[in-house]
Amino acid sequence: MTLALDAPRLVQTQPLMVLSGVSKRYGPVVALDDVSAEVYPGEVLGIVGESGSGKSTFLRMMNLEELPDAGTYTLDLPDTPGNLFELDRFARRMLCATRIGIVYQNPHQGLLMRNSSSGNVAERLLIAGERRFAVLREKAGDALAASEFPLDRMDAPPIELSGGMQQRVQLAKAIALEPAVLLLDEPTTGLDVSVQALVLDTLKRLQRDRRITMVIVSHDLGVIRTMADRVMVMRRGQVVEQGLSDQIFQDPQHAYTQQLVHAKL
Amino acid sequence: MSLTGLTRPWKDFSYGFLDASAKRELRRKMLKAVAVPGCQMPYASREVPIARGWGTGGLQVTCTLLNPGHTVKVIDQGADDSVNAASIRRFLTRVSGARSTWDTLEASLIQSRHRVPEEILREDQILILQVPNPEPLRPVEPNMSVARQMHADADYGRMWLQLYEQIVRSGRVMFGAAYPSLVHGRYVMTPSPIPRWDVPKLNMARHLTILSAGREKRLYAVPPYTRVEPLVFDDVPYKVEEHGHLTCYRSGLKGFFMNEIPQEDGGALHEVSDSHLGIKAIRQGDGEDVATGDTWYTNGEMGQ
Repeated sequence: MTLALDAPRLVQTQPLMVLSGVSKRYGPVVALDDVSAEVYPGEVLGIVGESGSGKSTFLRMMNLEELPDAGTYTLDLPDTPGNLFELDRFARRMLCATRIGIVYQNPHQGLLMRNSSSGNVAERLLIAGERRFAVLREKAGDALAASEFPLDRMDAPPIELSGGMQQRVQLAKAIALEPAVLLLDEPTTGLDVSVQALVLDTLKRLQRDRRITMVIVSHDLGVIRTMADRVMVMRRGQVVEQGLSDQIFQDPQHAYTQQLVHAKL
Repeated sequence: MSLTGLTRPWKDFSYGFLDASAKRELRRKMLKAVAVPGCQMPYASREVPIARGWGTGGLQVTCTLLNPGHTVKVIDQGADDSVNAASIRRFLTRVSGARSTWDTLEASLIQSRHRVPEEILREDQILILQVPNPEPLRPVEPNMSVARQMHADADYGRMWLQLYEQIVRSGRVMFGAAYPSLVHGRYVMTPSPIPRWDVPKLNMARHLTILSAGREKRLYAVPPYTRVEPLVFDDVPYKVEEHGHLTCYRSGLKGFFMNEIPQEDGGALHEVSDSHLGIKAIRQGDGEDVATGDTWYTNGEMGQ
């Protein structure tokens, strides 16, 4: 009897998101060296690695904020044909706004700090062409409620909110248009442990209720362990190991992964 | 044979203060601006004998368009007799030989600061608006290179967000003057600081409007019969200033944009902002034969 390593669901479905052969150099520094990844609909892919391993760069490529030197990127959605890296700036922007949601580690990167929280969420809807004030208000409220943000503070600017609340606003903004994929870049780093647990709870619940496809980048193995179905371990711009999360955490194969798991435990 | 016998008698070979190459550049930029309605065209703003910020942009456009056959009107906040308007008008007539007028109906070129005349402009008239800040995106995007890219992408989400924020915070749209407007369904422009009252006048207007910012070195245009739609949410209608019920204390005119004149007792009198319209009404009252054109607003309501 051989042990099936992949869940049957993953074997049968087409991947939603395929990146292959992605490479990027910054001068002499190789940030990504021929990295490939597949993300299946409804799953959570965790990317771990030390600082400078290229995991955040990889996530920025997924969000089309940055273009690689080589590689292809496809999303299995009806109206997004071909290699997304070859789209023009305008098409890239529209795709990012409507299909991809992102939560950054630093809320300053993802939010307009002086606008209201509901306004931050409404901006996404405005880009998508919503022009009715009442609808904007309602949908922004819904998204904020879904990310468990207290609605009596929905018009407070993020700069007045706590770190955990700011992350919730980012999350609401990311899910406002019901994106095909949600990217999380160290979403709970910088939050204290109890708030971190609450935010992870919200993410878990969203994932369970809406079957959102997520890619979560973190150096915190605890976060990856609670969230991810599948894990990719990166080091020096390369993927050193990938597999189901239980497999990676219980039986790490690569020396670096072993070190990482042991350091945690 | 003397030298004077060989030369032609001296006469002006140019008029309108600016040299021929400056005028050519401005003409080309104006044509471009008309071809792409609402899009800001950069130009090399020349020195003119008034200070930057006092209407140099408008003055350069007027000097370029002006010829001795024109009749020019200069408005400052609706008035023809303010110092700034009077000196610009005198300068223009002196350098071009054009006639000047206070009457909107007679004028062929109208240079204006902050107002569009109340009488409907015709196809043969050109309105030139002085603009202090031509970039509607400046409040939301301080980086002008990025702002230009946003214009190119028609990326106006942040403009709309501004409206949203104002309604959330204050219950209504707070833009008083320079209400951002979408021209020809493509570019958002700031229609110079004209009041909200005047923005609908630019929509599908018969006349050509050229807006020029001398300090910022940008000009843009609204060609005749072009849509100019103020940015509004579908369920929050556009509102002009509530001046429709006010009466001018001097001329008795009603239903036009008014200047408020505070009184010592704490109250206020109102006087029609388009000063020559008021003057004409007073003259008509005195029995003079003065023609008043059709106005955009009748009894405070915008006509079709």
